[in-house]
Amino acid sequence: MSEKKNSSAILRLNGKNLLQNILQGQIVGITLILFIMILLLSIFTKTFMTETDIFNILRAFSWIAISAFGECIVIITGGIDLSVGSVMAFSGLISAIMMTLGVPMLLAVLLGITAGSLVGLFNGLLVTKAKLPPFIATLGTLLIFRGLCVGLTGGWPVRDLPASFSYLGQHDIPVLGMGFPVPLIFVIIIGIFMSFFLLHTIWGFRIFAVGGNETAARLSGINADRIKILVYTLGAFLSAVGGILMTSRLGVAAPTAANGYELDVIAAAVVGGTSLAGGEGNILGVFVGAAIMQVLRTGLVLIGVSAYWLQAIQGFVIILAITLDQLRKRRIQ
Amino acid sequence: MPAAGNNVLLKMENITKSFPGVVALDRVNFEVKAGEVVSLVGENGAGKSTLMKILSGAYKKDSGRILLNGKEITIDSPSHAQALGISIIYQEFNLTRNQSVGANIFIAREPRKSGFLKWLGFVDEKRMFKEAGFLLTKINSRVSPRTTVRNLSVAQQQMVEIAKALAFDSRIIIMDEPTAALGESETKILFDTIYSLKKQGIASILITHTIEELFKVAERIVVLRDGRLIGEISAGEATKDAVVQMMVGRTLGEFIQKVQAEITSPVLEVKNLSRKGVVDGITFTLRRGEILGFAGLVGAGRTETARILFGADRKDSGEVTISGRNHMIRSPRDAVKAGIGFVPEDRSNEGLVLKLSVLENIIMATLKKHSRVGWVNKRKMGDTANNYIGRLAIKTPSLKQKAMFLSGGNQQKVILSKWLATSPELLILDEPTRGIDVGAKAEVYRLMSELAKSGIGIIMISSELPEILGMSDRIIVMHEGRIAAILNRSDATQELIMSYASGQQ
Repeated sequence: MSEKKNSSAILRLNGKNLLQNILQGQIVGITLILFIMILLLSIFTKTFMTETDIFNILRAFSWIAISAFGECIVIITGGIDLSVGSVMAFSGLISAIMMTLGVPMLLAVLLGITAGSLVGLFNGLLVTKAKLPPFIATLGTLLIFRGLCVGLTGGWPVRDLPASFSYLGQHDIPVLGMGFPVPLIFVIIIGIFMSFFLLHTIWGFRIFAVGGNETAARLSGINADRIKILVYTLGAFLSAVGGILMTSRLGVAAPTAANGYELDVIAAAVVGGTSLAGGEGNILGVFVGAAIMQVLRTGLVLIGVSAYWLQAIQGFVIILAITLDQLRKRRIQ
Repeated sequence: MPAAGNNVLLKMENITKSFPGVVALDRVNFEVKAGEVVSLVGENGAGKSTLMKILSGAYKKDSGRILLNGKEITIDSPSHAQALGISIIYQEFNLTRNQSVGANIFIAREPRKSGFLKWLGFVDEKRMFKEAGFLLTKINSRVSPRTTVRNLSVAQQQMVEIAKALAFDSRIIIMDEPTAALGESETKILFDTIYSLKKQGIASILITHTIEELFKVAERIVVLRDGRLIGEISAGEATKDAVVQMMVGRTLGEFIQKVQAEITSPVLEVKNLSRKGVVDGITFTLRRGEILGFAGLVGAGRTETARILFGADRKDSGEVTISGRNHMIRSPRDAVKAGIGFVPEDRSNEGLVLKLSVLENIIMATLKKHSRVGWVNKRKMGDTANNYIGRLAIKTPSLKQKAMFLSGGNQQKVILSKWLATSPELLILDEPTRGIDVGAKAEVYRLMSELAKSGIGIIMISSELPEILGMSDRIIVMHEGRIAAILNRSDATQELIMSYASGQQ
């Protein structure tokens, strides 16, 4: 009798807890920051709240956000992936090269994504079998595949991509009278999927277990190596998707594309509540984190801040967001 | 006439300290006279370490007073405590293993060269080694100050810690489980050292939960239980039984209640299990309904054997048969599939993911059972968790409570639930009641009896002989990686087990 009551209690607890989580979690803090930023910008610039501007921002941040979802699950297991920028450029490049060789667009895109995912698999194997620290392993692949990009193209961007390809990055789909950029739709769909993956599947569960305490997870029968290979591969898969969208938007596959993006991706994940110590993180937070970074970047330009100061201000915002989160955590304890 | 002078050096009054979920100390009074040797005893979780950590500045008390030489003081930090003349030697030692003995003794206060070089921070190594050597001879240690700490034995490292305390002009030295890692002759040397400290007027507080040895050196025994001061006896008047009774609250006989289960067919047969340098030729059988106790000294190879059986470590040779089927167990995953559960010694680091909730920890080994095609069934998870919370009486405000906030006993129950959910054929419990309060211990014993009755075979590794004698049907005594003896419950005595465990037979 009381068991039944407890069962529904846990469901109610789940629902209530979701609200409690939202109220107590970092989500509230960063969403607040985001809204404040948007408010200030719409007051101080004339153009910020127009549909064009909003969607411009949302389009640009799409591939950062998608890669950040992948980075998030890697960081939750206690690792890190520095190679995301290179994977984005590499997969875009492979697709582009295939298309210029006459391969049908869909197949070329699939090949590009596969190539990117294989980089992730390589990272996973380096970390689990060769036992390299993730920082070192992914630093290595960052260099290898960036080098491959330059090597394969001789430094020249690959142009003349078929129009059907540009659809992905440059088209808008009309929804409710507004034109939603296709990349944004990708972000939403992938975000929802990844959220369910983390919170409702056994693999998501194992990811948190391995990140929370790898030894205890192993001694509970969880194959930690397999989980790690999964997150690096899936993470690279997502970065590859992001890379394809980015390349489609730009219309060319440049060997220098996505240079340094790993910092933006990691910042988005960390500002979004993913703890670098492992065991903690959520997709919605990463979404907000990526939005903050992008609104900041675009907003500052709109205000008239010189592009040179952009990086410094971004760094400042990251430190601020993390410090606030640490303070919040300490207060709870 | 007490051996020490009559002057009370230290007085701790009404000390109270709480942590999330547990009151560690409840208005405890404790005092030490100059040059006295006091033994602070109690079960794991009784509060001894907490009390001493407050004294050494590692923790801050919630309320109460501390008086040193009659004057009330506050201890702000470990370095403040050291400056006040209170040093603590932890069980794991606080030495930097890659540096020299001399550098460790003078850590953070290295003697500097004089003049201009002092300002630049240059260390006067000659002086450092000379003074370190002087302190070491004061305690009759032959350790050379230039040796790297890593190359010293545990007993020698302990001497370095004591010399470090002397370097600070300590008047009180607290030692946490000082004899835990020492052999018999080394223990005697330690006790001689404590005597020589006493002659210099330095008081020693020895924290322990094994009492026999301390009768040889302590003058007064203070007993804590469940965060309260139970009583004090002078060593001359005390008997072991009296002290145990104070520690445990009941006589040993009442405390450990075993309900005999029917012992049937073999569930585990181990033949010649070996791993180079660790265990050799381990052969035994475990039957359903049986509780097989594993006794032995620290390092005898019991946990190592358990880890090999569970697939956490490799074996070089040997056969393992479970319920008649030969199994190649190469990982914990294989072990779980074969029907083995393992409750590790180190609860926090190996048994639980503290960041995750009670619910998540309970179903961690049975994810597949609680899901369909990878999709987790949260309702089923909740049902399972609630089932075990009820059955094992786990005290937690909710399923979502993070495991780190539970008391030791309840954490242990969560780990047990995790394994019970796998419907195991046999369970390996490594020090199952370590760090658990008395009430929870009794519950764990009751649970073990129940599980044995339900037909599970249980291997219980324990360093507490009363527990081994009280709960086991048969006892395997290990010594230096081998099985020294397999005893029946009726034949076993503490002395017999100890003699096998120390290799005397």
